[in-house]
Amino acid sequence: MARRSLPLLKHLLSRRIPTRSVTYMHRPGDGSPRPVTLIPGDGIGPLVTGAVEQVMSAMHAPVYFEKFEVHGRMKAVPPEVVESIRKNKVCLKGGLVTPMGGGVSSLNVQLRKELDLYASLVNCFNLPGLPTRHDNVDIVVIRENTEGEYSGLEHEVVPGVVESLKVITKFCSERIAKYAFEYAYLNNRKKVTAVHKANIMKLADGLFLESCREVATKYPGIKYSEIIVDNCCMQLVSKPEQFDVMVTPNLYGNLVANTAAGIAGGTGVMPGGNVGAEHAVFEQGASAGNVGDDKIVEQNSANPVALLLSSAMMLRHLQFPAFADRLETAVEQVILEGKYRTKDLGGTSTTQEVVDAVIDALD
Amino acid sequence: MATPIGKGHRSLNLTLRKELNLYANVRPCHSLPGYKTRYDNVNLITIRENTEGEYSGLEHQVSFTTIDMTYYHPISDQYNLFSNFGVQVVRGVVESLKIITRQASLRVAEYAFHYAKAHGRERVSAIHKANIMQKTDGLFLKCCREVAEKYPEITYEEVVIDNCCMMLVKNPALFDVLVMPNLYGDIISDLCAGLVGGLGLTPSCNIGEGGIALAEAVHGSAPDIAGKNLANPTALLLSAVTMLRHLNLHDKAEQIQKAILNTIAEGKYRTADLGGSSKTTEFTKAIIDHL
Repeated sequence: MARRSLPLLKHLLSRRIPTRSVTYMHRPGDGSPRPVTLIPGDGIGPLVTGAVEQVMSAMHAPVYFEKFEVHGRMKAVPPEVVESIRKNKVCLKGGLVTPMGGGVSSLNVQLRKELDLYASLVNCFNLPGLPTRHDNVDIVVIRENTEGEYSGLEHEVVPGVVESLKVITKFCSERIAKYAFEYAYLNNRKKVTAVHKANIMKLADGLFLESCREVATKYPGIKYSEIIVDNCCMQLVSKPEQFDVMVTPNLYGNLVANTAAGIAGGTGVMPGGNVGAEHAVFEQGASAGNVGDDKIVEQNSANPVALLLSSAMMLRHLQFPAFADRLETAVEQVILEGKYRTKDLGGTSTTQEVVDAVIDALD
Repeated sequence: MATPIGKGHRSLNLTLRKELNLYANVRPCHSLPGYKTRYDNVNLITIRENTEGEYSGLEHQVSFTTIDMTYYHPISDQYNLFSNFGVQVVRGVVESLKIITRQASLRVAEYAFHYAKAHGRERVSAIHKANIMQKTDGLFLKCCREVAEKYPEITYEEVVIDNCCMMLVKNPALFDVLVMPNLYGDIISDLCAGLVGGLGLTPSCNIGEGGIALAEAVHGSAPDIAGKNLANPTALLLSAVTMLRHLNLHDKAEQIQKAILNTIAEGKYRTADLGGSSKTTEFTKAIIDHL
């Protein structure tokens, strides 16, 4: 009896329950193409943004791109680019290289300050089919983007002594805490963790923590906890499943986001973006160490997955959920199959091969 | 020693470091054979500048002075020239100073290269964020480059800190000796401790001028398990081993280290943080038996 019922049981369990597609009732006219500013950038930027363009046109998504050439060595972001982003409200960009050692301040940071994109979001999660040392990772790092250690206020006091100012304000800390809790509320996340170093920087990070605690009282359904940044990094490499949404000031956010991205699969696959009150700029989640190195560009083996997933986030932001779902399903299927993977994931494909595979996987 | 969070006196740990001028914190991180973590091939040393940087303790609420130049005296109905000084604190704005000096950076870079040479290490990597903090981390890097020129046999490289975090969690074998300013050092060295098994197992040694060495375990005071005979003594024991090596008592150091590694590898006596159930005293007795 048991032997005969086993294959029957397996058949019953494997039969797919037909899922209803999500019905999004749009307003008439929502389907007309939306303009999105596109900045290819430097290094691997043109490769990966080219990948997004190809996939978007294959899907016939209702977006069209206004391309602008911006390079990291320029003195400032050209005003027509900023105007375009202000008009379109949404931008997709590859990384901009920052020359090391002095002179020009990073254009990435300049753009964020100019448009007041105060929240940077990176979603680090395990992709099915991609083997990593850590499982059950699903962390969203929300990082304050405008102040903190990246204020750019440095000066030489006397020859051989340099000071850098880290500025923390209640205004910025409050709004990033509000964004983090709102994100958790809207996305059904259960926990928000604030990352800090207030045992050493009592006033600065103490102010950040105070703001987080105040906002936490307004969301009683979401669990709030605090963790010191060095302990946080240690916990990330040993028990990453304990983290859900993390809210951090500027510098710690950079480190935590990159560590979380590393344990979940690498910078090549994590989506992310920067958002402010009025504009949103989507880019690769975790910085690839100053736009990756030249070898990757030569061999055309940059990983387009991160920017493709970020563009899916962008489609959802523009309220085209069905397109976003199609794109994400296609990308996840390509990763699951494992045939087309770029070098950073352990494969040998070029960017173009991965893009073609994604286009084939689109339904 | 415990430090109150967010308020109160300055950390006593920091004060001790400043008084004794302990300028370098050396933390060797090696995968322990016999204690399996997700990472098997960790073999690196982190050397962190210990006196300045972000931990200078110089924070203030931003304020500005106001001077009232005229003053109306209502009873005598006269305007007097009167200077009225006031201090207006800007609510909700705090500044924290990060200081990098040439002297301290050169000192720690010298120690890093000297250590690398003395222990047969091949590569020294300087960790920084000079693409954003151009002057401060730029000065640190300049000092490291100067010292690197004096040691041509050791490879020198510079890695941006976010890239470094990513590489560490993907492939820690890429790094050998890491030298960094204070804050980055704190975070990276704790990250490396996490790679090998946590704070219960990580030793450290603080080096001061004139050859002073203060070996201490990395972990905090752990008030939640104080007094219960549950703590893992490995970190402090391994720190003592580092101290013995510093004093050139290499054979004694080897003996104790072997005993510790064998005890952990056996797996019979392990404290709670390593997944076992032994008490501190039982674990220590097992190590003594192995000597």
